[in-house]
Amino acid sequence: MHMADALVSPAVGGAFWAAATGTIAYCSARVRKDLDDRKVPLMGVLGAFVFAAQMINFTIPATGSSGHLGGGLLLAILLGPSAAYLTIASVLMIQALFFADGGLLALGCNIFNLGVFPAFIAYPLIYKKLVGHDPRQSRMVAASILAAVVALQFGSLGVVLQTVLSGVAALPFDTFLLLMQPIHLGIGVVEGVVTALVVSFIYQARPEILESTLQQKPLGDLPIKSLLATFLVATLLIGGVLSWFVSENPDGLEWSIAKVTGTPELPEAEHREHQRLAKIQEETALLPDYAIPTEEGEARSAATERMGTSLSGLLGGAMTLIVCSLVGVFLKRRSAAQRKEA
Amino acid sequence: MSHHIVHVKNLQHVYPDQTVALQEVSFLIHHGESVGIIGANGAGKSTLLLHLNGYLAATSGEIIIGDDTLSKETLPEIRRTVGMVFQDPEDQLFMPTVFDDVAFGPLNMGLSHEEIEARVTEALERVDAEELRNKPPYHLSGGEKKRVAIATVLSMLPEILVLDEPTNGLDPHARRQLIALLQAFHHTRIVTSHDLDMILELCDRTIVLHEGLVMADGPTMEIFGNDELLKTCRLEKPFAMQSCPVCSPGKQTSPKQPPLVAPHSSKPHDHHHDH
Amino acid sequence: MLSIDGSFLDFKQLDLLALRQTPVHRLDPRAKVLTTLCFIVCVVSFDRYQISAMLPFMIYPAVLMAVGDLPFGYILRKIIIVIPFALLIGLFNPVFDRQVLMQIGSLDIWGGWISCFSILIRAILTASAAIILVAITGFPAICEALEKLKMPQTFAVQLLFLYRYIFVLTDEGVRTARARQLRTFGNRGLGIRHFGSLVGHLLLRTWERAERIHMAMLARGFTGEVHSSRRPSHFGRTEVLFMAGWITLFILLRLFNAPQFLGGLFTGTMP
Repeated sequence: MHMADALVSPAVGGAFWAAATGTIAYCSARVRKDLDDRKVPLMGVLGAFVFAAQMINFTIPATGSSGHLGGGLLLAILLGPSAAYLTIASVLMIQALFFADGGLLALGCNIFNLGVFPAFIAYPLIYKKLVGHDPRQSRMVAASILAAVVALQFGSLGVVLQTVLSGVAALPFDTFLLLMQPIHLGIGVVEGVVTALVVSFIYQARPEILESTLQQKPLGDLPIKSLLATFLVATLLIGGVLSWFVSENPDGLEWSIAKVTGTPELPEAEHREHQRLAKIQEETALLPDYAIPTEEGEARSAATERMGTSLSGLLGGAMTLIVCSLVGVFLKRRSAAQRKEA
Repeated sequence: MSHHIVHVKNLQHVYPDQTVALQEVSFLIHHGESVGIIGANGAGKSTLLLHLNGYLAATSGEIIIGDDTLSKETLPEIRRTVGMVFQDPEDQLFMPTVFDDVAFGPLNMGLSHEEIEARVTEALERVDAEELRNKPPYHLSGGEKKRVAIATVLSMLPEILVLDEPTNGLDPHARRQLIALLQAFHHTRIVTSHDLDMILELCDRTIVLHEGLVMADGPTMEIFGNDELLKTCRLEKPFAMQSCPVCSPGKQTSPKQPPLVAPHSSKPHDHHHDH
Repeated sequence: MLSIDGSFLDFKQLDLLALRQTPVHRLDPRAKVLTTLCFIVCVVSFDRYQISAMLPFMIYPAVLMAVGDLPFGYILRKIIIVIPFALLIGLFNPVFDRQVLMQIGSLDIWGGWISCFSILIRAILTASAAIILVAITGFPAICEALEKLKMPQTFAVQLLFLYRYIFVLTDEGVRTARARQLRTFGNRGLGIRHFGSLVGHLLLRTWERAERIHMAMLARGFTGEVHSSRRPSHFGRTEVLFMAGWITLFILLRLFNAPQFLGGLFTGTMP
C-alpha cells in the first residue's frame, strides 16, 4: 500500500525524502561504476515492463479476488540491488506524478518502503542466500515467497509508522498494525509465488539472463556482516521508539472499544487521549488554530464559545471557494479571448 | 587508396548454442555502390549486418571497412563510418525528442554544441523532417519514425549506409518517400529486404544468401532472371517482373482472372533492364 | 482481467496537454516544480483539524488550470480516482476520535469527522497540484528541472527511458492479454500459472527489446554515458515573480486563516 500526501506531515515526509534521495544518489554512483552498459536501456525498459505487467490481473486461488504483480523483488532478481532500486524509484515517481498514486511529498516514504526493503534486504539477505548458485524450482519458490513476505511486512510497517508519526490519521498504532500486517502477509505470499513463476519461466527459456546477477556479489564490496549489524541496530532503535509510543497509549484498542460501549473507564482514558492528541498536535502544527482543551468540561464551553467562530469559519470557507472558482473562470475566459486575438 | 570499401573475408559466425549462422561469406563492395542482400528468413542476413559495425564478433574471418580492419581499437571510427538503420525505428528513437535522438551520435563523438546544432538541422532537412524537431518519438507516424531513424545516423556523416528491411511496415506513400530518399543518397548503400521490388529499383547489385553462404553475387537483373536460383533460395521474382511477358514468359495470369498485380507502368519495360 | 486500460489512454492525454503553449507552459520548469513542492508542504503542514484555512489554497490549482487552459472535467476525473485510498484511512478517524469539537445547532460534531474531512481536502489539493504540474510542464521538462536541481544524471536518464517506453510496453501488454482473452471462453479469470507464462513471455520480449536498443545505441557510438544536449536555460524575471508571488501567498495563507476572517466580518464575531 502507498503512503498518501493527505496522511503525511512535512517532518515525516521530509525525513524520508532525505533518506530516499540519499539512496538514489548512492545507487546512481554504483550503477555508473558498473561496467555493463546494457543496464542503461535495460533499467528503463524493465521499468516500463512493470507498468505493463501491473495492468494484467490474475485471480488469486481460493479467494477469487484479483491481484497484480508488485515487481520489486523481480526487479532485484533481474538487475541486482542498486539498479533495481533506481528502477523502482522511477516507477513510483511516474505513478505519483501521473496517477497521483501516493503523492509528491509522500513519494520519499513510498520509495523507501517499496525500494529499500526488496532491493537491499529481501533480495540479498534472503533470496540470494537461499537460492545460491543452484536455482532449482522448489528453492526459488520458497526463497521468493519468504523474501517477498519479509519485504512487504517491512514495507507495510513503514507505512504504519509514517502514518502514525505524521499524526494526521487518528488510527492508533496497534490497530493500524493489526490491520496492515496480516493483509500484507497474504499479499507477500502471492507476490512471492508469482515472482517465482516468472523467474523460473525465464530460467528455462533464457538462463543467461539470470546468470550475471547470480554470479555477482549483490552488495558489491559492502561486507554482509556489517550490513546485518547495521540492520540489527536499526531494528533495536525502531523497537525502542515503538515501545515508547506504545507505552504512551497502552490501551489504544481497549480505549476505543470502551468508548463505543460506554464503560466507566471512559474519563481516564479520554484524559490520556487528550494528552496524546495535544502532544501530537504540538509536534505537527506550526500555528494551531483550534487548540485542544485539556479538560472535557473546558472543551464543552470552549466549543460553545467557538460556535460563533466556527460558524464564521464555515461561512468564510464557503465564500473563499466561491471566490476561487470565480477567479478561475474569469482568468479562463480572459486567456481564451487573448488567444483568439492572437 | 582503399576508398571506403567494405571487404568481408571468409566470415564465419557460430552462435553459443552451436547454430551456424554464417558458414563462409566473402564479398567486396566499392564506394558508391548500391547493394541489396536478399535471402530467406534465417539465411543469415541480419547476422551479417551486425558484423558490419562490430556488434557481433566473428568466429573466424575478418572485415575491412575503408582502411581499418575491424577490431576493438577501430570500433569507434567504424561505427561512425558505417551508419546502421535497424528494422524497428521504435528501438532507435529512445530519447525524449527527435532533436535529442539525432544529436545522440554527434554528442558521443564529442562535437561542440554549435556543430551538433548544425548537424542535426542538416540531417533533419535531408530526410524532410525539420518540423518534427521538438516532437517526442511516440507522437510520430510510422513513416516519420523511419525518416527520423535515418536522420539519427546521417548526423554522424557516415560513408556507408546499412539498412535492415527499411520498407517493413510502411504504407505505400511512406514507402515511396523512403525509396526516393534512398535513391538521392550518394553513400555506399547496403540494404537487406524482402521487398524485392524495392531492391529492383534501388540496387544495381544483389547478393543472395542461403543458409549462411553466398549463393550469388551479381547484377540485380541477372539474379532476378535466374529462376532456379530464386527457387532454391526460397525467393521469387519481384512483383513488377512477374506479370511482365518478357521477364516471365509462360507465367502470365490467365485472361479469365484479373491480374493480381496491376500492369507495372505505362511504358513497356521500364524496370531498368534492356532486352 | 485488464485494469487501468482506460486510465492509460488518459495518461497519453496528460502528456499531450503538456505540449500546449500558454504563459504557464512557457515558464521554466524549475519554477513550477519548486512552487508546487512549496504548495504541498504548506498544505500538509496544517494540523489535523484544520479545514477552512486550507480552502484558499484552491486558488493555486484554479489559476493554473485557467491560464494553462486545462480541461476541468479531465482533471476532476483524475482527482476522483485518487480520493478513495486517503478516504479509506480517513474514515477510521471518526471511529477513534469521538471528542466533540464543534456544534452546529444541536448536532455534535466529532473531531474524527473534522479530521476526516481535512484529509479529504488535503487529498484534493495535493493531487490536483501534482497532476496540474505534469499537465503544464511535461515529464521530460520535469526531469530536466530536477537534474538542474542536482538530481543524479543516471537517475534522470532512467526516468526518461522509462517514460519513453511506457506506451510501447503497455501496448504490448494489452495486446498479449487481449490475445489470450480472445481464446478464453466463459469467465475463467487468469490463473496464477498462466499469468506466470504470459508475463514471462512479455518479460522475454522486453529483454530482447532492451538488447536491440542497446545495439542501436552502440551503433551510434555509445560507450556508457548518455550525454545531454545543452538546452537554453531561461530562469528570468517572470519566473522569479511567479515563485515569489505564489510562495508569499502560501505562507500568508498558512499563517492567517483568511476564511475565518472573511466570515467573521459577516457574522460579527471576531476571534
